[in-house]
Amino acid sequence: MLDDFFTRALVAGIGLAVTTGPLGCLVVWRRMAYFGATMAHSALLGVALAFAVDINPMLGVFAVAATVSVALLVLQRSGVLSSDTLMGILAHAALALGLVAITAMSWLRVDLMGLLFGDILAVSVRDIGVLYGGGALVLGVLAWLWRSLLASTVSDELAQAEGLNPERARIAFMLLMAVVIAIAMKIVGILLITALLIIPAATARRLASGPEAMALMASGLGAGAVALGLSGSLAWDTPSGPSIVLAAFALFLLSLIPGRVRRPARSETPP
Amino acid sequence: MMRETPPGDGAATGAVLASARDLGIARNGRWLVQGIDLCVRRGEIVTLIGPNGSGKSTTAKAVIGLMKADAGSVWRTPGLRIGYVPQKLAMDRTLPLTVARLLTLTHRQPRAAVHAALEAVGIPHLANAQVHGLSGGEFQRALLARAMLRDPDLLVLDEPVQGVDVQGEAALYSLISQIRERTGCGILMISHDLHVVMAATDTVICLNGRVSCRGTPQAVISNPAYQRLFGRTGADMLAVYRHHEDGTAPCGHAGHDHQAEPDEAAPGSQAPTNRPAEARHAG
Ligand SMILES: Nc1ncnc2c1ncn2[C@@H]1O[C@H](COP(=O)(O)OP(=O)(O)OP(=O)(O)O)[C@@H](O)[C@H]1O
Ligand SMILES: [Mg+2]
Repeated sequence: MLDDFFTRALVAGIGLAVTTGPLGCLVVWRRMAYFGATMAHSALLGVALAFAVDINPMLGVFAVAATVSVALLVLQRSGVLSSDTLMGILAHAALALGLVAITAMSWLRVDLMGLLFGDILAVSVRDIGVLYGGGALVLGVLAWLWRSLLASTVSDELAQAEGLNPERARIAFMLLMAVVIAIAMKIVGILLITALLIIPAATARRLASGPEAMALMASGLGAGAVALGLSGSLAWDTPSGPSIVLAAFALFLLSLIPGRVRRPARSETPP
Repeated sequence: MMRETPPGDGAATGAVLASARDLGIARNGRWLVQGIDLCVRRGEIVTLIGPNGSGKSTTAKAVIGLMKADAGSVWRTPGLRIGYVPQKLAMDRTLPLTVARLLTLTHRQPRAAVHAALEAVGIPHLANAQVHGLSGGEFQRALLARAMLRDPDLLVLDEPVQGVDVQGEAALYSLISQIRERTGCGILMISHDLHVVMAATDTVICLNGRVSCRGTPQAVISNPAYQRLFGRTGADMLAVYRHHEDGTAPCGHAGHDHQAEPDEAAPGSQAPTNRPAEARHAG
């Protein structure tokens, strides 16, 4: 079944979307979209380092993303600059450093476009194995820490006062983000990872009435976007990563429609 | 309205749940609170009063471990189960949350218990409503239901009835008393509603960065420090609540009564210095 490159792409993409659904909801609830983008931008540097010391690129990406998130936390605590400025600085410094490092290693033939925009049609069976392993790990930890994560999203103080551990949840959350960025890079590329995290979550927000429902819907919508995007990419010969993001965006636009029709209809009942 | 048992007698003999000794919290080189001694026992309602910025929320957060003590110490019974109603709670609108789900946010609860709690605070019809759609008073009721649902040993209520309508306010305060009566939990409350405080509290602590005065409601009302802090409103209440003067000591230091004394009279003085050494917190 996995002989066909399109089937492999579909299986890989859906696996990733199912993982990014719940994690993306947390990113949206915690207003950390920009934080995710910062970590993703640092991925290129991770690839460069991995080549330099000859380790698996995913490990390099994970290590650098985790380091950047720790650096961000430390800088935030010092409170010199506002968080969004800090993230803007770190994201682009890391991206620039990654680009310089990769081009400087001229003896390497690195597919820069593949790194930036993903190369889902080239995933191997082994890639799928790693992706599903990582995805299962992420979902497992999320399920385990879900109550702490959700409660500390509402209020760190409430969670801590009532015996949960928001600090541990926050650290785990950042490590999970690093894992997802590492495994997602090949599928959608580092520039579009954040899109796969936040667009399905934002779409699900319009439809769900509870946090768990929203997380499941985000997974489903992400998987739908992958299927639609890949089909479109095949039909019109468009790049696959951007096509998936565009499909997710189209679903988001669609989700806006029923809300606009329904809401006035209810409030229009005469007094 | 007044409870029959003499305050500081029946209620204040329960086991100590949490206490602070000479507690001080500093931020940015400034003491937010200093020299705070307090003690909450099982079955006791302790209320912190004081003007805005006097350190009430800070003190409560330190007692439940949300802020670390920069001076002195805080002690809690090991394994103490706390129910907390924070003064404010800012929730992102992107998080869909029904009232029923809010009640089970930090701990699992059976459906029936959730509905009973909502019933008790007067909003059973809102179980499936979105939290973002609630009015201020409804939200406050939901938060109180959430905290009591845990069946806590210690309830910490930071202005629990802010924004609640007049009738609801009386009902919620009587609910708080009932919870105490039924479960025997201790309650650390912060309130600006002096009349209710004086009616429904065992021990009052007036804060103004330090403890200005403390004791039973009657003792506090007739204390000059209290009257200085609350001016006319405070003085008016004197007529209503004039009773024999009485005091409750923090953590049962009977006979050592700085409680009805205005500590504030000597600014900068180490508040309670003459503590017996063996009463230091162990653990
Ligand atoms: N984390 C903090 N960092 C710096 N200052 C703080 C912090 N928390 C509180 N403060 C300051 O400590 C003082 C006491 O604050 P606190 O919230 O305890 O007052 P309060 O008595 O609860 O007032 P209110 O009646 O308005 O709720 C205030 O001046 C406040 O600005
Ligand atoms: Mg306060």
